[in-house]
Amino acid sequence: MPSPAFDEMTLSDGSVRPAYRKLAEWLAAAPPDLLQYRVKEAELLFRRIGITFAVYGDQQAQERLIPFDIIPRIITADEWATLTKGLVQRVEALNRYISDVYGKREILKAGIVPEDLVFRNEAFRPEMAGKTPPHDLWVHIAGIDVVRVDADTFYVLEDNARTPSGVSYMLENREVMIRLFPELFSQHRVAPVERYADELLATLRSLAPRTSSAEPVVVLLTPGVYNSAYYEHSFLADKLGIELVEGRDLFVRDEVVYMRTTEGPQRVDVIYRRIDDEFLDPLVFRPDSALGVPGLMSAYHAGNVTLTNAIGTGVADDKAIYSYMPEIIRFYLGSEPILKNVPTYRCREPEALSYVLDHLDELVVKEVHGSGGYGMLVGPHASKEQIELFRAKLKASPAGFIAQPTLALSTCPTYVASGVSPRHVDLRPFVLTGSNGVRIVPGGLTRVAMREGSLVVNSSQGGGTKDTWVLDE
Amino acid sequence: MLSRTADNLFWLSRYIERAEALARILEATQRLASLPAAYGGKTNEWESAVATAGCAEGFYAKHGEADHDSVVAYLAFDRDNPSSILNCFETARHNARSVRTALTIEMWETINGAWIELRRLADRRLAGEELTRFLGWVKEIGLRFDGSATRTMLRNDIYDFSRIGMLLERADNTARILDVKYHLLLPEQGEVGGGLDYYQWQAILRAVSAVTSYHWVYRESVKPWLIADLLILNDQMPRSFAACYGELVRHLDQLARAYGRQGPAQRLARSCRARLENADIRDVFQRGLHEFITDFIADNNRLGAAVHEQYLA
Repeated sequence: MPSPAFDEMTLSDGSVRPAYRKLAEWLAAAPPDLLQYRVKEAELLFRRIGITFAVYGDQQAQERLIPFDIIPRIITADEWATLTKGLVQRVEALNRYISDVYGKREILKAGIVPEDLVFRNEAFRPEMAGKTPPHDLWVHIAGIDVVRVDADTFYVLEDNARTPSGVSYMLENREVMIRLFPELFSQHRVAPVERYADELLATLRSLAPRTSSAEPVVVLLTPGVYNSAYYEHSFLADKLGIELVEGRDLFVRDEVVYMRTTEGPQRVDVIYRRIDDEFLDPLVFRPDSALGVPGLMSAYHAGNVTLTNAIGTGVADDKAIYSYMPEIIRFYLGSEPILKNVPTYRCREPEALSYVLDHLDELVVKEVHGSGGYGMLVGPHASKEQIELFRAKLKASPAGFIAQPTLALSTCPTYVASGVSPRHVDLRPFVLTGSNGVRIVPGGLTRVAMREGSLVVNSSQGGGTKDTWVLDE
Repeated sequence: MLSRTADNLFWLSRYIERAEALARILEATQRLASLPAAYGGKTNEWESAVATAGCAEGFYAKHGEADHDSVVAYLAFDRDNPSSILNCFETARHNARSVRTALTIEMWETINGAWIELRRLADRRLAGEELTRFLGWVKEIGLRFDGSATRTMLRNDIYDFSRIGMLLERADNTARILDVKYHLLLPEQGEVGGGLDYYQWQAILRAVSAVTSYHWVYRESVKPWLIADLLILNDQMPRSFAACYGELVRHLDQLARAYGRQGPAQRLARSCRARLENADIRDVFQRGLHEFITDFIADNNRLGAAVHEQYLA
């Protein structure tokens, strides 16, 4: 096991870090039943608002609440400033990389990223080769998963460059916290997050194709009510004041996208789509997709509609490409990465593979294309059978996996059945990139592994969320 | 506004209205069926409840005989009956979820709360006082939904579409109650004046929550032709054909103004209202009460189709 994790509130000598001082005092003074009472209140609020998510493969609990932890996670202004710089740099590199991969392919010619990682990548869209989306921007909304291991070190754990979700929890968690703990807010200067909806709308509008009118029409395209993130889709559409459309609400005529309205067809300029690439247009991608819009690609290629994120961005966010991110940043920006990458063994490389096979009980092994915490081995916590299962999988298709040392993710005080206790956390800030600049709202989604010692924070695996406070001073 | 959104709103309101109508039909039937046999005659009240709810085919495919238990089970809780109260709420909630942002928080909470509560109740066999309380609760949900719509919604096309759905359904329900019971209102039946008819008339009024209204309007004892007058032509009575069409015309006109365009739906609604305005209950009886009601049901369906064609497709 790694050494005891860094706790963001209490150092190993028992002293409280300055940013948490007032919170620690408050927690120490709060009678136990007060916390319990607020927990109940919080659950009631979430239930009433109807924030739920569906768990795939779980028929019983069609709609579940993600556990919400009432103790906020605090990030100082300085820490946030560093994070921001690193995130801006990272997303800029992602955009340059994708543009290059579908364009001149300089990074491949330079031999920095192996060609087969790009061209054999399931997320690579040959349809986009030689094409440039409006403004040559690809990743407009990115969720960069960051973890912390000590007072000074943040690692990027994962880039989400397709359709990252979770921002509704960032916003709703804050609303609930303000209602439940006004006294804590009066003691802390917490940077507000509510601007996110405005920032997102401004970003989306800035991406409108040049053929669109002065007042671009923006819509959010959802797979529908049965999608696990449907709540978020309707929440965002509401906050942005845009229509929440399904594929059947849209149609394409003469390479222009329209939506069916009670007043007849209306032109659509920007589609914030929460549908994966392969379902977008049955004429080009999966023909069995009932979620998409036939002809959408023709309108896209004609430059008459913007899709956010662009098609094919998945080529930048799988776990194999992840390991090349430091080189990618250096190649395009000529600067050192501000945020570190977790050292990664690419099992496609024979030396790395043999090291990984010898150290399975120490490493975290992940499927290159996996997400949501599925298909993942946490060596130190795994049983013998699980380890042997992964050994077999690794030998069968080494290129499908990467491995990383088990990081001692930082912990935050968390309210659990036995009282307040440290639990591991990560952080997903959201980075918006429009034609008029990059915007990051101070905050993000903190996910917390509710089970003691667990490192898996994904909501599908029983993870919870916390409100994330970026202090303004 | 998206056509699909308008369609969802339209059906959402229809289903809530239908659930409430079913609850009132069940209540009135339960009361009538519980009268002593001396007042009972030959009719099976549970059969006419099934007929009124318009689901005879599905019901008899599943149950041999219409009695208290089978009809309550089918109309209130059966998942195989697309129009059971349970399914009405289920569908309404599904629609509401798809158009959540078009609803006010109060409307959403009413529907979502009802759905959560109903899931708790659905697998229990309700009878007696529990059933009565349940039916009361269903009516209350209808009232709460209606009230929160009236009190919290912006008066825009969203509001119009949800009202149009509700009014079409309401007119249809009143018409179907009359369609099943029309023979009781005919003069040759009425002069018999036996005990049973009197309670049947009361039950019709009860099914549309109009017992008290009747006395306020006519200030005399219950007469069958006045019941017909109240439910068909009296525009003070909120569930009458006339009142529903007055409102339908108003909402359709609002839509036409907002969108700058009239269409078949507006014309159909106006001509139907004109017919109701110009009719006299004596003429209705003379030309045939049953034909009048059947024609109205057909017209009402035509208007629903026209609204669909014009806005929701």
